[in-house]
Amino acid sequence: MSGRRRRFVGLGLEILVPIAVLALWALWSAGADSFYFPPLTEILDTFAETWLFERVGSDVLPSLARLGVGYAIAVAIAVAVGVPLGLSPAVRRGASPIVEFLRAIPPPALIPFGIVVIGVGDGYKVFTIAFVCIWPILLNTIDGITGIDPTMNDTTKVYGVRGVDRLRKVVLPAASPQIFAGMRTSLSLALILMVISEMVASSNGIGFFVLESQRSFAIPEMWSGILLLGLLGYLLNAAFLLVERRVLAWHRGARASAEGT
Amino acid sequence: MLLEINHLGKTYGEGADATHAVGDLSFGISAGEFVCVVGPSGCGKTTLLKCMSGLLRPSTGKVALRDETISGPPETMALVFQEYGRSLLPWLSVRGNVALPLRHKKLRKDEQARLVEEAVGAVGLDGFIERYPWELSGGMQQRVAIARALAYQPEILLMDEPFASVDAQTRGDLEDLILQVRDRYDMTILFVTHDIDESVYLSDRIVVLSPSPTEVKEILDVDLPRPRDQVATKELPEFAHLRAHVYRQIKRPQAHGNPE
Repeated sequence: MSGRRRRFVGLGLEILVPIAVLALWALWSAGADSFYFPPLTEILDTFAETWLFERVGSDVLPSLARLGVGYAIAVAIAVAVGVPLGLSPAVRRGASPIVEFLRAIPPPALIPFGIVVIGVGDGYKVFTIAFVCIWPILLNTIDGITGIDPTMNDTTKVYGVRGVDRLRKVVLPAASPQIFAGMRTSLSLALILMVISEMVASSNGIGFFVLESQRSFAIPEMWSGILLLGLLGYLLNAAFLLVERRVLAWHRGARASAEGT
Repeated sequence: MLLEINHLGKTYGEGADATHAVGDLSFGISAGEFVCVVGPSGCGKTTLLKCMSGLLRPSTGKVALRDETISGPPETMALVFQEYGRSLLPWLSVRGNVALPLRHKKLRKDEQARLVEEAVGAVGLDGFIERYPWELSGGMQQRVAIARALAYQPEILLMDEPFASVDAQTRGDLEDLILQVRDRYDMTILFVTHDIDESVYLSDRIVVLSPSPTEVKEILDVDLPRPRDQVATKELPEFAHLRAHVYRQIKRPQAHGNPE
């Protein structure tokens, strides 16, 4: 029963440690009397007033929509481009300098370009998010495909599995553990770029709200926005892991059985 | 001849670094035959099999199926690999794995399902058709790979040391299984192995290979009665005689470098 006990203790730690940290913060900030670090209770009150649910429609949803659309575009493009690059060494060699160059561009440097070319609306924010999220997924897709076992490739050749069948039933599933690893990295990048892009040339969104609050010295509001962003990142990652566990159930099963023998 | 190997040679690399994996190989397989290819380790058996299945282009000579030179994997050929773990797709169930090669054959849905179920039944895995390969033991996984080959309904089945990574008990069972399904599916089988007993037990003819660069050392007929039986067949004096003969053929060249 030591396994169950260990899990129980682990779960307890996972819940208790954050509560302890919050309690410490509350205790410290209650007596601190600092303008920049208002009491936690005040931040939480502001959080409830601001985000439950007054600004959900005006700021949270637009932010999430930008993130979602940008991220989805990135996944679609990265996989669509990654497949031919992964399958053909010639295409890969030709494309790799371009890929390496584009991915080396520091993302915030794209914001001025995006504003000029696409305009200050949602378009440039979605563009910035998508542009940055593409690279981890693209590189992982390529790696996943080039790493397909030679025996597996021989098998598909011998049995005449070609074209769409090969793509859907062999290539993409075989690369999917790696693709998911890239998607997870990109998800946190998407959140970062969402905030950055909303701090420049924006009239709504969580990033905009945090910056506006700071500029108008509404410090508890600013803190409540930061808190919300942290929470969002945590929840997005948790949701992602949930999806990944379902889609890659075979992968965990296969790995567990390989380790067992 | 159903399958003809004609002065086949395969060299990897060029110039001074070249490795002659296969020297000069010629032999044929008639329809309905069970031919075993045996040879010392590292004698280019896998290279030979890859050339025969169209996965690898020979450097010299050719392989012909019904007088047509093979340039890519033929539709009427199936291959069972030694590493079942890497040849089966872990994201597909047993059913999905066996059905995958049939998808492009443009069969009706029920026809395809019938072929899959029949093949899975033929290897004795009826109750496991919805399971995933990694939920099964090694021997059962190799049965899945065999079922996949059967459902594909090949004229000729190539097997690359298919039972080399299962335990002895399972190995015997799988040997008998392959003899059964061969009759049922009316296939020609070319079976590569390094196990001499296995080659004698299974085959109609044995092709004994020399060490690399590979040549045919001897081709001998196996006149043991069929159906074969793990106990009775292996008790026969002819079995012991053939076994000893093949053993000497394979071991002799090594005796020079390793005097006892």
